[in-house]
Amino acid sequence: MNFHAVKAIYLFEMARTIRTLFQSVVSPVISTSLYFVVFGSAIGSRITEIDGISYGSFIVPGLIMLSILTQSVANASFGIYFPKYSGTIYELLSAPVSYFEIILGYVGAAATKSIILGLIILSTAGLFVPIQIAHPLWMLIFLVLTAVTFSLFGFIIGIWANSFEQLQIIPLLVVTPLVFLGGSFYSIDMLPPLWQKITLFNPVLYLVSGFRWSFYEIADVSVAWSLTMITVFLGVCMFTVWWIFKTGYQVKK
Amino acid sequence: MRTLISISDLSKTYSGGFQALKGINLDIRDGEILALLGPNGAGKTTLISIICGLINASTGSVTVDGYDIVDDYRMTRSKIGLVPQELTTDSFESVKDTLAFSRGLFGKKPDPGHIEKVLKDMSLWDKRDNKIMELSGGMKRRVLIAKALAHEPEILFLDEPTAGVDVELRKDMWHHINALRESGVTIILTTHYIEEAEEIADRVGVISHGKIIIVEEKTELMQKLGKKQLTLELQHELADVPDTLNAYKLELSDDGLRLIYTYDSQEERTGIAGLLSDLHDASIKFKDLHTTQSSLEDIFVTLVREGQ
Ligand SMILES: Nc1ncnc2c1ncn2[C@@H]1O[C@H](COP(=O)(O)OP(=O)(O)OP(=O)(O)O)[C@@H](O)[C@H]1O
Ligand SMILES: [Mg+2]
Repeated sequence: MNFHAVKAIYLFEMARTIRTLFQSVVSPVISTSLYFVVFGSAIGSRITEIDGISYGSFIVPGLIMLSILTQSVANASFGIYFPKYSGTIYELLSAPVSYFEIILGYVGAAATKSIILGLIILSTAGLFVPIQIAHPLWMLIFLVLTAVTFSLFGFIIGIWANSFEQLQIIPLLVVTPLVFLGGSFYSIDMLPPLWQKITLFNPVLYLVSGFRWSFYEIADVSVAWSLTMITVFLGVCMFTVWWIFKTGYQVKK
Repeated sequence: MRTLISISDLSKTYSGGFQALKGINLDIRDGEILALLGPNGAGKTTLISIICGLINASTGSVTVDGYDIVDDYRMTRSKIGLVPQELTTDSFESVKDTLAFSRGLFGKKPDPGHIEKVLKDMSLWDKRDNKIMELSGGMKRRVLIAKALAHEPEILFLDEPTAGVDVELRKDMWHHINALRESGVTIILTTHYIEEAEEIADRVGVISHGKIIIVEEKTELMQKLGKKQLTLELQHELADVPDTLNAYKLELSDDGLRLIYTYDSQEERTGIAGLLSDLHDASIKFKDLHTTQSSLEDIFVTLVREGQ
Protein backbone atom coordinates (compact mmCIF):
# COMPACT_ATOMS: atom_id res chain seq x y z
CA MET A 1 0.00 0.00 0.00
CA ASN A 2 1.42 3.35 -1.10
CA PHE A 3 0.17 5.51 1.78
CA HIS A 4 2.28 8.47 0.77
CA ALA A 5 0.50 8.54 -2.58
CA VAL A 6 -2.98 8.35 -1.05
CA LYS A 7 -2.04 11.17 1.28
CA ALA A 8 -0.58 13.22 -1.57
CA ILE A 9 -3.73 12.90 -3.66
CA TYR A 10 -6.00 13.53 -0.69
CA LEU A 11 -4.11 16.65 0.39
CA PHE A 12 -3.91 17.92 -3.17
CA GLU A 13 -7.68 17.69 -3.52
CA MET A 14 -8.31 19.20 -0.11
CA ALA A 15 -5.97 22.08 -0.96
CA ARG A 16 -8.10 22.71 -4.02
CA THR A 17 -11.15 22.90 -1.77
CA ILE A 18 -9.47 25.38 0.50
CA ARG A 19 -8.34 27.49 -2.46
CA THR A 20 -11.88 27.58 -3.75
CA LEU A 21 -13.42 27.99 -0.32
CA PHE A 22 -15.98 30.44 -1.56
CA GLN A 23 -17.52 28.18 -4.21
CA SER A 24 -17.05 25.13 -2.05
CA VAL A 25 -18.67 26.27 1.14
CA VAL A 26 -20.06 29.75 1.01
CA SER A 27 -22.26 29.27 -2.02
CA PRO A 28 -24.02 26.08 -0.80
CA VAL A 29 -24.61 27.81 2.53
CA ILE A 30 -26.13 30.80 0.80
CA SER A 31 -28.35 28.67 -1.41
CA THR A 32 -29.50 26.63 1.60
CA SER A 33 -30.39 29.81 3.42
CA LEU A 34 -32.39 30.88 0.39
CA TYR A 35 -34.29 27.59 0.48
CA PHE A 36 -35.21 28.30 4.08
CA VAL A 37 -36.34 31.79 3.31
CA VAL A 38 -38.48 30.58 0.40
CA PHE A 39 -39.70 27.17 1.53
CA GLY A 40 -39.35 27.44 5.27
CA SER A 41 -40.70 30.89 5.93
CA ALA A 42 -42.60 32.14 2.89
CA ILE A 43 -44.28 28.98 1.68
CA GLY A 44 -43.75 26.72 4.69
CA SER A 45 -45.82 28.92 6.94
CA ARG A 46 -48.84 28.03 4.78
CA ILE A 47 -48.09 24.30 4.82
CA THR A 48 -49.39 22.31 7.72
CA GLU A 49 -47.15 20.17 9.86
CA ILE A 50 -46.05 16.84 8.44
CA ASP A 51 -46.22 14.01 10.95
CA GLY A 52 -46.10 16.57 13.73
CA ILE A 53 -42.97 18.27 12.38
CA SER A 54 -43.08 21.86 11.11
CA TYR A 55 -42.42 22.08 7.37
CA GLY A 56 -39.23 24.09 7.89
CA SER A 57 -37.74 21.41 10.11
CA PHE A 58 -39.07 18.64 7.89
CA ILE A 59 -37.07 19.73 4.86
CA VAL A 60 -33.72 20.02 6.68
CA PRO A 61 -32.58 16.40 6.06
CA GLY A 62 -33.68 16.62 2.43
CA LEU A 63 -31.80 19.86 1.93
CA ILE A 64 -28.64 18.40 3.39
CA MET A 65 -29.01 15.36 1.13
CA LEU A 66 -29.51 17.62 -1.86
CA SER A 67 -26.20 19.35 -1.15
CA ILE A 68 -24.34 16.15 -0.30
CA LEU A 69 -25.46 14.43 -3.47
CA THR A 70 -24.79 17.27 -5.86
CA GLN A 71 -21.53 18.31 -4.21
CA SER A 72 -20.17 14.76 -3.98
CA VAL A 73 -20.85 14.15 -7.64
CA ALA A 74 -19.55 17.56 -8.70
CA ASN A 75 -16.36 17.37 -6.65
CA ALA A 76 -15.34 13.86 -7.41
CA SER A 77 -16.15 14.11 -11.10
CA PHE A 78 -14.22 17.35 -11.48
CA GLY A 79 -11.33 16.05 -9.38
CA ILE A 80 -10.52 13.24 -11.79
CA TYR A 81 -11.82 14.83 -14.99
CA PHE A 82 -9.61 17.88 -14.74
CA PRO A 83 -6.24 16.05 -14.78
CA LYS A 84 -7.55 14.08 -17.73
CA TYR A 85 -8.48 17.30 -19.48
CA SER A 86 -5.28 19.20 -18.65
CA GLY A 87 -3.03 16.19 -19.24
CA THR A 88 -1.55 16.14 -15.74
CA ILE A 89 -3.01 12.65 -15.34
CA TYR A 90 0.22 11.44 -16.97
CA GLU A 91 1.85 11.67 -13.58
CA LEU A 92 -0.82 9.59 -11.89
CA LEU A 93 -0.56 6.92 -14.58
CA SER A 94 3.22 6.80 -14.36
CA ALA A 95 3.26 6.59 -10.56
CA PRO A 96 3.51 3.37 -8.56
CA VAL A 97 -0.07 3.62 -7.35
CA SER A 98 -2.85 1.08 -7.63
CA TYR A 99 -6.33 1.98 -8.77
CA PHE A 100 -7.56 1.38 -5.27
CA GLU A 101 -5.15 4.00 -3.94
CA ILE A 102 -6.17 6.49 -6.61
CA ILE A 103 -9.84 6.02 -5.71
CA LEU A 104 -9.11 6.23 -2.01
CA GLY A 105 -7.39 9.58 -2.51
CA TYR A 106 -9.94 11.19 -4.82
CA VAL A 107 -13.15 9.73 -3.43
CA GLY A 108 -11.91 10.16 0.13
CA ALA A 109 -11.27 13.86 -0.43
CA ALA A 110 -14.57 14.45 -2.22
CA ALA A 111 -16.51 12.64 0.48
CA THR A 112 -14.72 14.49 3.27
CA LYS A 113 -15.63 17.76 1.68
CA SER A 114 -19.30 16.78 1.32
CA ILE A 115 -19.52 15.59 4.90
CA ILE A 116 -18.04 18.84 6.20
CA LEU A 117 -20.43 20.73 3.97
CA GLY A 118 -23.39 18.69 5.23
CA LEU A 119 -22.48 19.53 8.81
CA ILE A 120 -22.11 23.21 7.96
CA ILE A 121 -25.56 23.22 6.34
CA LEU A 122 -26.97 21.45 9.34
CA SER A 123 -25.63 24.20 11.60
CA THR A 124 -26.92 26.88 9.25
CA ALA A 125 -30.36 25.27 9.28
CA GLY A 126 -30.26 25.27 13.06
CA LEU A 127 -30.25 29.06 12.90
CA PHE A 128 -33.59 29.08 11.07
CA VAL A 129 -35.64 26.22 12.47
CA PRO A 130 -35.64 23.95 15.50
CA ILE A 131 -33.86 20.66 14.78
CA GLN A 132 -33.69 17.51 16.79
CA ILE A 133 -31.53 14.53 15.99
CA ALA A 134 -32.99 11.36 17.42
CA HIS A 135 -30.21 9.04 16.27
CA PRO A 136 -26.96 11.00 15.81
CA LEU A 137 -24.90 7.90 15.06
CA TRP A 138 -27.28 6.75 12.33
CA MET A 139 -27.37 10.28 11.03
CA LEU A 140 -23.58 10.16 10.62
CA ILE A 141 -23.68 6.69 9.07
CA PHE A 142 -26.19 7.81 6.45
CA LEU A 143 -24.20 10.96 5.85
CA VAL A 144 -20.91 9.13 5.32
CA LEU A 145 -22.39 6.30 3.25
CA THR A 146 -24.18 8.73 0.97
CA ALA A 147 -21.14 10.97 0.59
CA VAL A 148 -18.88 8.03 -0.25
CA THR A 149 -21.35 6.41 -2.63
CA PHE A 150 -22.05 9.55 -4.58
CA SER A 151 -18.39 10.58 -4.65
CA LEU A 152 -17.69 7.22 -6.20
CA PHE A 153 -20.52 7.84 -8.63
CA GLY A 154 -19.01 11.22 -9.46
CA PHE A 155 -15.59 9.63 -9.94
CA ILE A 156 -17.12 7.30 -12.51
CA ILE A 157 -18.71 10.22 -14.33
CA GLY A 158 -15.38 12.06 -14.31
CA ILE A 159 -13.62 9.11 -15.88
CA TRP A 160 -16.37 8.54 -18.41
CA ALA A 161 -16.72 12.18 -19.46
CA ASN A 162 -14.83 13.42 -22.48
CA SER A 163 -15.95 17.03 -22.32
CA PHE A 164 -17.17 19.55 -19.82
CA GLU A 165 -20.69 19.17 -21.24
CA GLN A 166 -20.69 15.47 -20.49
CA LEU A 167 -19.40 16.26 -17.05
CA GLN A 168 -22.42 18.48 -16.36
CA ILE A 169 -25.08 16.45 -18.08
CA ILE A 170 -25.49 13.58 -15.61
CA PRO A 171 -25.76 15.78 -12.52
CA LEU A 172 -28.16 18.04 -14.36
CA LEU A 173 -30.35 15.45 -16.04
CA VAL A 174 -30.22 12.66 -13.49
CA VAL A 175 -29.06 13.64 -10.05
CA THR A 176 -30.92 16.90 -9.54
CA PRO A 177 -34.33 15.59 -10.76
CA LEU A 178 -33.98 12.46 -8.67
CA VAL A 179 -33.26 14.53 -5.60
CA PHE A 180 -36.18 16.88 -6.18
CA LEU A 181 -38.55 13.99 -6.90
CA GLY A 182 -37.15 11.85 -4.11
CA GLY A 183 -39.12 13.30 -1.27
CA SER A 184 -36.59 15.93 -0.19
CA PHE A 185 -39.27 18.56 0.15
CA TYR A 186 -42.35 16.44 0.82
CA SER A 187 -43.53 13.17 2.25
CA ILE A 188 -44.59 10.75 -0.48
CA ASP A 189 -47.91 10.36 1.35
CA MET A 190 -48.73 13.76 -0.12
CA LEU A 191 -48.55 12.33 -3.67
CA PRO A 192 -51.31 10.59 -5.65
CA PRO A 193 -51.11 6.76 -5.31
CA LEU A 194 -49.62 6.19 -8.80
CA TRP A 195 -46.80 8.66 -8.16
CA GLN A 196 -46.14 7.06 -4.81
CA LYS A 197 -45.47 3.79 -6.64
CA ILE A 198 -43.24 5.43 -9.24
CA THR A 199 -41.27 7.25 -6.58
CA LEU A 200 -40.37 3.92 -5.01
CA PHE A 201 -38.06 3.38 -7.99
CA ASN A 202 -36.11 6.51 -7.12
CA PRO A 203 -33.01 5.51 -5.13
CA VAL A 204 -32.74 8.96 -3.60
CA LEU A 205 -36.05 8.42 -1.80
CA TYR A 206 -34.40 5.73 0.32
CA LEU A 207 -31.50 7.97 1.25
CA VAL A 208 -33.67 10.91 2.20
CA SER A 209 -36.13 8.72 4.06
CA GLY A 210 -33.44 6.99 6.10
CA PHE A 211 -31.68 10.24 6.79
CA ARG A 212 -34.89 11.93 7.90
CA TRP A 213 -35.65 9.01 10.15
CA SER A 214 -32.36 9.57 11.98
CA PHE A 215 -33.61 13.09 12.74
CA TYR A 216 -37.34 12.77 13.46
CA GLU A 217 -38.06 9.04 13.41
CA ILE A 218 -40.46 9.50 10.54
CA ALA A 219 -39.83 7.68 7.28
CA ASP A 220 -41.47 6.97 3.94
CA VAL A 221 -39.88 3.53 3.72
CA SER A 222 -38.39 1.33 6.38
CA VAL A 223 -34.88 2.10 7.62
CA ALA A 224 -33.71 -1.40 6.69
CA TRP A 225 -34.76 -0.72 3.10
CA SER A 226 -32.92 2.56 3.14
CA LEU A 227 -29.73 0.91 4.31
CA THR A 228 -30.07 -1.95 1.83
CA MET A 229 -30.62 0.38 -1.09
CA ILE A 230 -27.64 2.59 -0.34
CA THR A 231 -25.43 -0.46 0.14
CA VAL A 232 -26.59 -1.87 -3.17
CA PHE A 233 -25.87 1.41 -4.90
CA LEU A 234 -22.44 1.55 -3.28
CA GLY A 235 -21.80 -1.98 -4.48
CA VAL A 236 -22.84 -1.12 -8.03
CA CYS A 237 -20.52 1.89 -8.07
CA MET A 238 -17.62 -0.14 -6.71
CA PHE A 239 -18.14 -2.83 -9.29
CA THR A 240 -18.30 -0.25 -12.09
CA VAL A 241 -15.09 1.39 -10.96
CA TRP A 242 -13.39 -2.00 -10.74
CA TRP A 243 -14.58 -2.82 -14.24
CA ILE A 244 -13.44 0.54 -15.61
CA PHE A 245 -9.92 0.10 -14.34
CA LYS A 246 -9.74 -3.54 -15.23
CA THR A 247 -10.51 -2.79 -18.85
CA GLY A 248 -8.56 0.47 -18.90
CA TYR A 249 -11.71 2.09 -20.28
CA GLN A 250 -11.20 5.77 -21.13
CA VAL A 251 -8.11 6.02 -18.96
CA LYS A 252 -5.30 4.40 -20.89
CA LYS A 253 -5.04 4.27 -24.63
CA MET B 1 27.70 -2.73 -19.22
CA ARG B 2 24.65 -4.20 -17.54
CA THR B 3 21.31 -3.98 -19.30
CA LEU B 4 18.84 -1.99 -17.23
CA ILE B 5 15.82 -1.80 -19.50
CA SER B 6 15.09 -4.55 -21.94
CA ILE B 7 12.46 -4.04 -24.62
CA SER B 8 11.46 -7.02 -26.71
CA ASP B 9 9.15 -7.24 -29.71
CA LEU B 10 7.18 -4.27 -28.55
CA SER B 11 4.31 -3.23 -30.80
CA LYS B 12 1.53 -0.74 -30.37
CA THR B 13 -1.59 -0.38 -32.44
CA TYR B 14 -3.82 2.49 -31.37
CA SER B 15 -7.54 1.94 -31.08
CA GLY B 16 -8.08 3.65 -34.44
CA GLY B 17 -6.02 0.89 -36.05
CA PHE B 18 -2.83 2.87 -36.53
CA GLN B 19 0.32 0.89 -35.79
CA ALA B 20 2.72 3.29 -34.10
CA LEU B 21 5.36 0.74 -33.02
CA LYS B 22 6.37 -2.28 -35.05
CA GLY B 23 8.36 -4.82 -33.09
CA ILE B 24 10.84 -2.72 -31.13
CA ASN B 25 13.85 -4.49 -29.63
CA LEU B 26 16.18 -2.37 -27.57
CA ASP B 27 18.44 -2.79 -24.58
CA ILE B 28 19.18 0.27 -22.52
CA ARG B 29 22.33 0.10 -20.43
CA ASP B 30 22.73 1.00 -16.83
CA GLY B 31 24.13 4.49 -16.42
CA GLU B 32 24.12 5.58 -20.04
CA ILE B 33 22.56 8.53 -21.78
CA LEU B 34 20.62 7.27 -24.77
CA ALA B 35 19.27 9.76 -27.27
CA LEU B 36 16.32 8.70 -29.40
CA LEU B 37 16.26 10.60 -32.65
CA GLY B 38 13.40 10.46 -35.07
CA PRO B 39 11.10 12.60 -37.17
CA ASN B 40 7.62 13.69 -36.04
CA GLY B 41 5.34 10.75 -35.56
CA ALA B 42 8.16 8.18 -35.47
CA GLY B 43 6.86 6.64 -32.27
CA LYS B 44 9.26 8.05 -29.68
CA THR B 45 6.59 9.27 -27.30
CA THR B 46 4.59 6.10 -27.77
CA LEU B 47 7.61 4.00 -26.79
CA ILE B 48 8.30 6.07 -23.70
CA SER B 49 4.65 6.11 -22.71
CA ILE B 50 4.49 2.33 -22.71
CA ILE B 51 7.59 1.95 -20.54
CA CYS B 52 6.27 4.51 -18.07
CA GLY B 53 2.77 3.04 -17.85
CA LEU B 54 0.79 5.74 -19.66
CA ILE B 55 -0.47 3.43 -22.38
CA ASN B 56 -0.68 -0.31 -22.79
CA ALA B 57 1.43 -2.18 -25.31
CA SER B 58 -0.37 -4.32 -27.88
CA THR B 59 2.25 -7.06 -27.86
CA GLY B 60 5.74 -7.56 -26.49
CA SER B 61 7.24 -6.89 -23.11
CA VAL B 62 9.52 -4.55 -21.22
CA THR B 63 11.55 -5.26 -18.11
CA VAL B 64 13.21 -2.70 -15.91
CA ASP B 65 16.02 -4.04 -13.76
CA GLY B 66 14.54 -7.48 -14.32
CA TYR B 67 11.00 -6.51 -13.29
CA ASP B 68 8.12 -6.63 -15.74
CA ILE B 69 6.45 -3.25 -16.26
CA VAL B 70 2.96 -4.74 -16.01
CA ASP B 71 3.27 -7.42 -13.35
CA ASP B 72 5.69 -5.52 -11.13
CA TYR B 73 4.56 -2.01 -11.96
CA ARG B 74 5.20 -0.71 -8.46
CA MET B 75 8.84 -1.72 -8.64
CA THR B 76 9.46 -0.44 -12.14
CA ARG B 77 7.54 2.82 -11.86
CA SER B 78 9.12 3.85 -8.58
CA LYS B 79 12.50 3.70 -10.33
CA ILE B 80 11.41 5.91 -13.21
CA GLY B 81 10.93 9.63 -13.57
CA LEU B 82 9.15 10.98 -16.64
CA VAL B 83 9.27 14.42 -18.21
CA PRO B 84 6.49 14.52 -20.80
CA GLN B 85 6.76 16.23 -24.15
CA GLU B 86 3.76 18.46 -23.64
CA LEU B 87 3.73 21.22 -21.08
CA THR B 88 1.14 19.70 -18.79
CA THR B 89 1.33 21.31 -15.40
CA ASP B 90 -1.11 22.23 -12.70
CA SER B 91 -1.91 25.91 -12.62
CA PHE B 92 -2.90 27.05 -9.17
CA GLU B 93 -0.47 25.04 -7.08
CA SER B 94 2.83 26.50 -5.98
CA VAL B 95 6.05 25.14 -7.45
CA LYS B 96 7.13 23.70 -4.11
CA ASP B 97 3.77 22.04 -3.45
CA THR B 98 3.67 20.39 -6.83
CA LEU B 99 7.08 18.84 -6.20
CA ALA B 100 6.01 17.60 -2.79
CA PHE B 101 2.94 16.08 -4.44
CA SER B 102 5.05 14.25 -7.01
CA ARG B 103 7.34 12.88 -4.37
CA GLY B 104 4.41 11.57 -2.32
CA LEU B 105 2.76 10.06 -5.36
CA PHE B 106 5.86 7.96 -5.92
CA GLY B 107 5.73 6.66 -2.40
CA LYS B 108 8.58 8.63 -0.88
CA LYS B 109 8.29 10.32 2.49
CA PRO B 110 8.60 14.12 2.51
CA ASP B 111 12.13 15.48 2.24
CA PRO B 112 12.26 19.29 2.02
CA GLY B 113 16.06 19.14 1.69
CA HIS B 114 15.88 17.12 -1.50
CA ILE B 115 13.13 19.31 -2.94
CA GLU B 116 15.27 22.36 -2.22
CA LYS B 117 18.25 20.80 -3.99
CA VAL B 118 16.21 19.91 -7.07
CA LEU B 119 14.68 23.38 -7.24
CA LYS B 120 18.10 24.99 -6.97
CA ASP B 121 19.54 22.69 -9.64
CA MET B 122 16.73 23.68 -11.96
CA SER B 123 17.17 27.40 -11.14
CA LEU B 124 13.65 27.51 -9.72
CA TRP B 125 14.40 28.23 -6.09
CA ASP B 126 13.41 31.89 -6.49
CA LYS B 127 10.08 30.79 -7.85
CA ARG B 128 9.30 28.13 -5.26
CA ASP B 129 6.28 29.95 -3.83
CA ASN B 130 4.90 31.13 -7.15
CA LYS B 131 1.85 29.55 -8.68
CA ILE B 132 2.82 27.50 -11.71
CA MET B 133 0.60 29.57 -13.98
CA GLU B 134 2.75 32.58 -13.17
CA LEU B 135 5.82 30.99 -14.76
CA SER B 136 7.13 31.27 -18.30
CA GLY B 137 7.03 28.32 -20.70
CA GLY B 138 10.70 27.48 -20.19
CA MET B 139 10.26 27.62 -16.43
CA LYS B 140 7.26 25.30 -16.64
CA ARG B 141 9.39 22.84 -18.57
CA ARG B 142 11.93 22.96 -15.75
CA VAL B 143 9.16 22.43 -13.22
CA LEU B 144 8.28 19.23 -15.09
CA ILE B 145 11.89 18.09 -14.90
CA ALA B 146 12.03 18.98 -11.23
CA LYS B 147 8.81 17.01 -10.61
CA ALA B 148 10.33 13.98 -12.30
CA LEU B 149 13.41 14.25 -10.07
CA ALA B 150 11.47 14.80 -6.86
CA HIS B 151 11.38 11.10 -6.01
CA GLU B 152 15.04 10.45 -6.78
CA PRO B 153 14.52 8.14 -9.76
CA GLU B 154 17.20 5.78 -11.05
CA ILE B 155 15.99 6.23 -14.60
CA LEU B 156 14.92 9.46 -16.19
CA PHE B 157 12.91 9.75 -19.40
CA LEU B 158 13.05 13.16 -21.01
CA ASP B 159 10.69 13.60 -23.95
CA GLU B 160 12.15 16.63 -25.72
CA PRO B 161 13.45 18.28 -22.60
CA THR B 162 14.87 21.33 -24.30
CA ALA B 163 11.98 22.28 -26.58
CA GLY B 164 11.26 25.93 -25.86
CA VAL B 165 14.22 26.42 -23.55
CA ASP B 166 16.62 29.22 -24.39
CA VAL B 167 20.20 28.54 -25.50
CA GLU B 168 21.87 29.41 -22.25
CA LEU B 169 19.51 27.36 -20.17
CA ARG B 170 19.78 24.50 -22.61
CA LYS B 171 23.53 24.37 -21.99
CA ASP B 172 22.79 24.59 -18.32
CA MET B 173 20.34 21.72 -18.59
CA TRP B 174 22.83 19.56 -20.44
CA HIS B 175 25.21 20.24 -17.61
CA HIS B 176 22.61 19.04 -15.08
CA ILE B 177 21.77 16.00 -17.15
CA ASN B 178 25.43 15.13 -17.20
CA ALA B 179 25.66 15.61 -13.46
CA LEU B 180 22.72 13.26 -13.02
CA ARG B 181 24.43 10.66 -15.16
CA GLU B 182 27.56 11.04 -13.03
CA SER B 183 25.46 10.27 -9.99
CA GLY B 184 24.38 7.03 -11.65
CA VAL B 185 21.04 7.94 -13.20
CA THR B 186 20.28 6.31 -16.55
CA ILE B 187 18.86 8.84 -18.97
CA ILE B 188 16.79 8.36 -22.09
CA LEU B 189 15.93 11.47 -24.02
CA THR B 190 14.23 12.18 -27.29
CA THR B 191 15.17 15.12 -29.36
CA HIS B 192 14.88 16.66 -32.77
CA TYR B 193 18.15 18.52 -32.27
CA ILE B 194 21.02 16.48 -33.56
CA GLU B 195 23.54 18.71 -31.79
CA GLU B 196 21.84 17.82 -28.59
CA ALA B 197 22.37 14.13 -29.17
CA GLU B 198 25.98 14.84 -30.19
CA GLU B 199 26.57 16.93 -27.15
CA ILE B 200 25.33 14.70 -24.36
CA ALA B 201 24.45 11.19 -25.51
CA ASP B 202 26.59 8.08 -25.11
CA ARG B 203 24.54 6.20 -27.63
CA VAL B 204 22.15 7.31 -30.30
CA GLY B 205 19.11 5.38 -31.47
CA VAL B 206 17.29 6.36 -34.63
CA ILE B 207 13.61 5.51 -34.81
CA SER B 208 11.37 5.97 -37.81
CA HIS B 209 7.90 4.72 -38.67
CA GLY B 210 7.73 2.69 -35.52
CA LYS B 211 11.01 0.85 -36.02
CA ILE B 212 14.45 1.21 -34.56
CA ILE B 213 16.74 1.68 -37.51
CA ILE B 214 20.04 1.86 -35.74
CA VAL B 215 21.44 2.08 -32.24
CA GLU B 216 25.10 2.95 -32.05
CA GLU B 217 27.74 4.47 -29.86
CA LYS B 218 27.90 8.13 -30.58
CA THR B 219 31.65 7.89 -31.20
CA GLU B 220 31.04 5.38 -33.97
CA LEU B 221 28.51 7.67 -35.54
CA MET B 222 30.98 10.49 -35.21
CA GLN B 223 33.43 8.48 -37.28
CA LYS B 224 30.86 8.36 -40.01
CA LEU B 225 30.54 12.05 -39.49
CA GLY B 226 34.28 12.28 -40.15
CA LYS B 227 33.81 11.00 -43.72
CA LYS B 228 34.29 13.60 -46.39
CA GLN B 229 33.67 13.60 -50.10
CA LEU B 230 35.68 15.30 -52.80
CA THR B 231 33.71 15.93 -55.98
CA LEU B 232 35.52 16.69 -59.23
CA GLU B 233 33.57 18.29 -62.08
CA LEU B 234 35.17 16.88 -65.24
CA GLN B 235 35.79 18.79 -68.44
CA HIS B 236 35.02 15.79 -70.62
CA GLU B 237 32.67 12.91 -70.25
CA LEU B 238 34.36 9.79 -68.91
CA ALA B 239 33.11 6.30 -69.82
CA ASP B 240 35.02 4.34 -67.18
CA VAL B 241 37.36 4.99 -64.32
CA PRO B 242 40.85 3.94 -65.55
CA ASP B 243 42.39 0.93 -63.77
CA THR B 244 45.33 3.04 -62.63
CA LEU B 245 42.93 4.81 -60.27
CA ASN B 246 41.39 1.66 -58.76
CA ALA B 247 43.12 2.19 -55.43
CA TYR B 248 41.03 5.30 -54.79
CA LYS B 249 37.65 3.51 -55.14
CA LEU B 250 36.24 6.42 -57.10
CA GLU B 251 32.58 6.72 -57.99
CA LEU B 252 31.61 7.98 -61.41
CA SER B 253 28.31 9.78 -61.77
CA ASP B 254 25.78 8.44 -64.29
CA ASP B 255 26.38 11.23 -66.78
CA GLY B 256 30.14 10.56 -66.56
CA LEU B 257 30.86 14.17 -65.70
CA ARG B 258 31.60 13.85 -62.00
CA LEU B 259 34.10 11.82 -60.02
CA ILE B 260 33.50 11.36 -56.32
CA TYR B 261 36.24 10.44 -53.87
CA THR B 262 35.29 9.51 -50.29
CA TYR B 263 37.98 9.79 -47.65
CA ASP B 264 38.38 10.06 -43.93
CA SER B 265 39.34 13.57 -42.94
CA GLN B 266 40.59 12.36 -39.58
CA GLU B 267 43.30 10.23 -41.23
CA GLU B 268 46.70 11.80 -41.46
CA ARG B 269 46.99 11.06 -45.17
CA THR B 270 43.84 11.82 -47.04
CA GLY B 271 45.28 10.66 -50.38
CA ILE B 272 44.11 13.79 -52.14
CA ALA B 273 47.56 14.84 -53.32
CA GLY B 274 48.21 11.40 -54.81
CA LEU B 275 44.79 11.32 -56.46
CA LEU B 276 45.29 14.69 -58.13
CA SER B 277 48.70 13.69 -59.50
CA ASP B 278 47.38 10.30 -60.72
CA LEU B 279 44.47 12.08 -62.43
CA HIS B 280 47.00 14.28 -64.19
CA ASP B 281 48.92 11.21 -65.33
CA ALA B 282 45.71 9.67 -66.66
CA SER B 283 44.99 12.91 -68.52
CA ILE B 284 41.69 13.49 -66.80
CA LYS B 285 41.04 17.21 -66.62
CA PHE B 286 38.56 18.86 -64.30
CA LYS B 287 37.12 22.34 -64.22
CA ASP B 288 36.06 22.55 -60.59
CA LEU B 289 36.20 20.69 -57.32
CA HIS B 290 34.50 20.91 -53.95
CA THR B 291 34.31 18.93 -50.73
CA THR B 292 31.35 18.08 -48.57
CA GLN B 293 31.22 16.68 -45.07
CA SER B 294 28.48 14.27 -44.08
CA SER B 295 26.93 15.39 -40.81
CA LEU B 296 25.03 13.30 -38.31
CA GLU B 297 22.05 15.02 -39.81
CA ASP B 298 22.87 13.55 -43.25
CA ILE B 299 23.36 10.13 -41.74
CA PHE B 300 20.08 10.53 -39.94
CA VAL B 301 18.20 11.62 -43.03
CA THR B 302 19.66 8.76 -45.09
CA LEU B 303 18.85 6.23 -42.41
CA VAL B 304 15.31 7.43 -42.09
CA ARG B 305 14.86 7.36 -45.85
CA GLU B 306 16.30 3.87 -46.11
CA GLY B 307 14.15 2.75 -43.24
CA GLN B 308 10.93 3.50 -45.08
N1 LIG C 1 -3.73 8.45 -28.99
C1 LIG C 1 -3.40 8.16 -30.24
N2 LIG C 1 -4.30 7.59 -31.07
C2 LIG C 1 -3.98 7.28 -32.33
N3 LIG C 1 -2.77 7.49 -32.87
C3 LIG C 1 -1.83 8.05 -32.12
C4 LIG C 1 -2.09 8.42 -30.76
N4 LIG C 1 -0.96 8.94 -30.23
C5 LIG C 1 -0.05 8.93 -31.23
N5 LIG C 1 -0.55 8.39 -32.35
C6 LIG C 1 0.14 8.20 -33.62
O1 LIG C 1 1.27 7.38 -33.41
C7 LIG C 1 2.37 7.84 -34.16
C8 LIG C 1 3.57 8.04 -33.26
O2 LIG C 1 3.31 9.10 -32.40
P1 LIG C 1 4.36 9.58 -31.31
O3 LIG C 1 3.71 10.62 -30.50
O4 LIG C 1 4.87 8.38 -30.61
O5 LIG C 1 5.51 10.21 -32.23
P2 LIG C 1 6.84 10.96 -31.81
O6 LIG C 1 7.98 10.19 -32.36
O7 LIG C 1 6.87 11.21 -30.36
O8 LIG C 1 6.70 12.31 -32.61
P3 LIG C 1 7.14 13.81 -32.22
O9 LIG C 1 8.58 13.92 -32.57
O10 LIG C 1 6.30 14.65 -33.09
O11 LIG C 1 6.86 14.00 -30.79
C9 LIG C 1 1.90 9.10 -34.88
O12 LIG C 1 1.62 8.79 -36.21
C10 LIG C 1 0.67 9.51 -34.14
O13 LIG C 1 -0.25 10.11 -35.02
MG1 LIG D 1 6.80 12.81 -29.21
